[in-house]
Amino acid sequence: MLKTHQLKAFYGDFQALFGIDFEIGQSETVAIIGSNGAGKSTFLKSICGLIKSPNETVRLENHSIGELPAEARVRLGISLVPEGRKLFRSLSVEENLRIGGFAKRDGYWNLARVYELFPALIEKKYAPATSLSGGQQQMVAIGRALLSNPKLLLCDEISLGLSPLVVKDIYNALPKICAEGLSVVLVEQDIDAALKASNRYYCFMHGKVSLSGESSFAKRRDISAAYFGITEDQS
Amino acid sequence: MSGIPSFTVETSTTTSQVTMVFCIIFALLMFSMPLWAESSLMHWCVEVICFLVLAMMWNLMAGYGGLVSVGQQAFVGLGGYGLFILAQHLDVNPFASVLISGVVCAALAIPMAKVFFRLKGGYFAIGTWVGSEIAKISISNIPFLGAGSGQSLTVMVKIPHDTRENITYWIACMLLFASFIALYALLRSRFGLGLTAIRDSEAAAESQGVPVDRLKLQVFVLSAFGSGLVGALYYLSILRISPSAGFDLAWVVAATFIVVIGGIGTLEGPIVGCAVFFLLRYFLADYGVWYWLIMGIVAITVMIAFPKGIWGFVQQKWGWRIFSLQRKLVLK
Amino acid sequence: MMEWLDMVIQGILLGGLYALFAIGLSITYGVMRLVNIAHGDFIVLAGYATLPLVAYLHWHPFVALPLVMLIMAMLGYVLQTTLLNKTIGPDILPPLLVTFGLSIVIQNGLQQLFSADAQALQIGDLQIASLQIGEDLAIGWFPLLVFMVALAMTFGVNYLFNHTDTGMSLRATSDDPITASLMGIRAQHVYGVALALSFALVAVGGVFSAIRTTFTPSTGPISLLYAFESVVIGGLGSIWGTFAGAVILGVAQALGSKFDSGYGILAGHMMFLLILIFKPDGLFPRTRA
Repeated sequence: MLKTHQLKAFYGDFQALFGIDFEIGQSETVAIIGSNGAGKSTFLKSICGLIKSPNETVRLENHSIGELPAEARVRLGISLVPEGRKLFRSLSVEENLRIGGFAKRDGYWNLARVYELFPALIEKKYAPATSLSGGQQQMVAIGRALLSNPKLLLCDEISLGLSPLVVKDIYNALPKICAEGLSVVLVEQDIDAALKASNRYYCFMHGKVSLSGESSFAKRRDISAAYFGITEDQS
Repeated sequence: MSGIPSFTVETSTTTSQVTMVFCIIFALLMFSMPLWAESSLMHWCVEVICFLVLAMMWNLMAGYGGLVSVGQQAFVGLGGYGLFILAQHLDVNPFASVLISGVVCAALAIPMAKVFFRLKGGYFAIGTWVGSEIAKISISNIPFLGAGSGQSLTVMVKIPHDTRENITYWIACMLLFASFIALYALLRSRFGLGLTAIRDSEAAAESQGVPVDRLKLQVFVLSAFGSGLVGALYYLSILRISPSAGFDLAWVVAATFIVVIGGIGTLEGPIVGCAVFFLLRYFLADYGVWYWLIMGIVAITVMIAFPKGIWGFVQQKWGWRIFSLQRKLVLK
Repeated sequence: MMEWLDMVIQGILLGGLYALFAIGLSITYGVMRLVNIAHGDFIVLAGYATLPLVAYLHWHPFVALPLVMLIMAMLGYVLQTTLLNKTIGPDILPPLLVTFGLSIVIQNGLQQLFSADAQALQIGDLQIASLQIGEDLAIGWFPLLVFMVALAMTFGVNYLFNHTDTGMSLRATSDDPITASLMGIRAQHVYGVALALSFALVAVGGVFSAIRTTFTPSTGPISLLYAFESVVIGGLGSIWGTFAGAVILGVAQALGSKFDSGYGILAGHMMFLLILIFKPDGLFPRTRA
């Protein structure tokens, strides 16, 4: 459904991605793992449009979308749950959710169903979004992205800064999210959670894909090598 | 283990050495003017110098200190009235009064900065404007300073015409060269490095130990000093001041345009801008409002298309530099 | 005693006019950190835009007002999206310098088109009609109308910001334009809307101001100063705070001019200065969470 071909990305003169080939199909959940600075966030930003690329390098259902800005890609069904949540602090919880729907796409997700998914948010409806706990804010961020009824949901480090219990809660919601046929890309530093929740995985290192495969067949030793760049001789 | 290659740090280039020679010749020419030039030419020179130095002061604040002020005219007016208070009312030597007036302006700038620095960015700009208005209205209500209609520097009648003109002119020349030398020296020093750091990123500069607030205060006070000197000098040369003239917004408008068009944040910029300013004035003298209209349109266009101004563009494209402020690392 | 009450009331009503000036400035600063140095010149421009409608179409200024509002709002949108959006970014200089340039262009352009003669908009008897309260107090109908309109528009703007989708877009974009783009919101467009809204208020303020006193191409800047002082006195971040600041400024000016007719404006400036020295965040600042 989405493919990237030799995707490169630069921050000024600094090159962050060196030609990534990636694909994800309908209803698939793909994990991207890698250490800090490996280029995972940059990759997600290139897919959702915060970073622009040559048109052909990013293709959604056979349309080249590399040069489209983020505002246009949301309307096509690509939605990002940003790293660090990035909730709007001048908006209440419910307003943060509703604004996710400004792209006006039809689909399964509406406000009531998001509250069903994350009931803890109901009593906090009118509170300022930034007054919530980290875990609750993450729920709002995910709900906000869902309300644009995307075909492809990009999750950037949703477990960052959250306690293991809260992370478990959030990952428990994933199957319900995916049940509607959504494709999900999970960028995580937490390897186990990511592999358990996904069908396939890619491992990034220094802006390149160092390893990829089926999540259920992933071997620990290969992952360590691809994640940290440690080879047999050095370990 | 590889060694560090030997290197030197170069601060001057051939161009800048040629410039030095040219500057010395130019200085000799300027200072000798009373011997061979006409009165009207000297008068015109004083005026140009006033605008140029004022622009340099505005450039110091905005281009190097990141402080945009729309209230610089406050110091022009205060400098002018300082001169009148000292020379006309307190019988101080008028020529010495110019310098004293400048110092007074610098002193006044300190409490002003403390108050107006609470405002940031655009609001600081307008805040300084209000400060100027307060000064203007206050002085307009002081009878012994001529109130709203102003007064003349009648005390100058005691000094013979030629002497008065020549000394005023030489003060202008001294102001011009002193300003350039002082700015040049300052900007090459640690002070200048700190300012450049602030200009590039205030937060990063702060984290590196650059005393941002103190440097900004120093820039503001220095600029006030220079602007005060300009005010005192200008009104010494035309012998008459009024609140609406001394605190006229046109002063800061001219300074802004000269710097923006010439090249903000460069030493050469104000010179280029001044040339454009006076050329336009010459050609459009008969067209009244068109002069300011065109200046405004040019300034807007420059800011959008060539934000570094004429000299900045030239510097970027061809690497021209007259007053070298950069340090080059030369590997042997 | 009655004289003082009369002055205070006049000051409050004048504050309504200043609120119309100030809220527009507050909006553009709040949404995109833009300080429009030509703000006052656009206020005077609204007055000049009404002149031909009154002179050639023989419209009453109140009838012309909605059209002027529409024209100014469209002007604001176009100005922001074609010119000012190019200046928005981390550097504070470009928007200040471009709007400064605009100020000079507008003043001199107006002088070229309309000459420097003082102009006025007439509304006939309403200008001096007054409402009698008790024996000693009379309130001018026109100042009261201006105050009421200002109050209504402030309610309207507040409602827009807090209870409409457009307002949500404005608030979200002001918080974080990049994340807002992830919602499908185009910051460039939102900024245009913000300036259009600001200009609509400016149009109302400008027309009322043109009725209240004579105007020339150079009377713009002082309105900018009043708007700015209102915002600083009231405190950043709150529309009602700005309204309160405007009223306080109006009262300060009225009381000052009671003291001596030349001191009105100075009293306002001093009020601003006092607040800046002793309460630099303003009287009713809205702190962000």
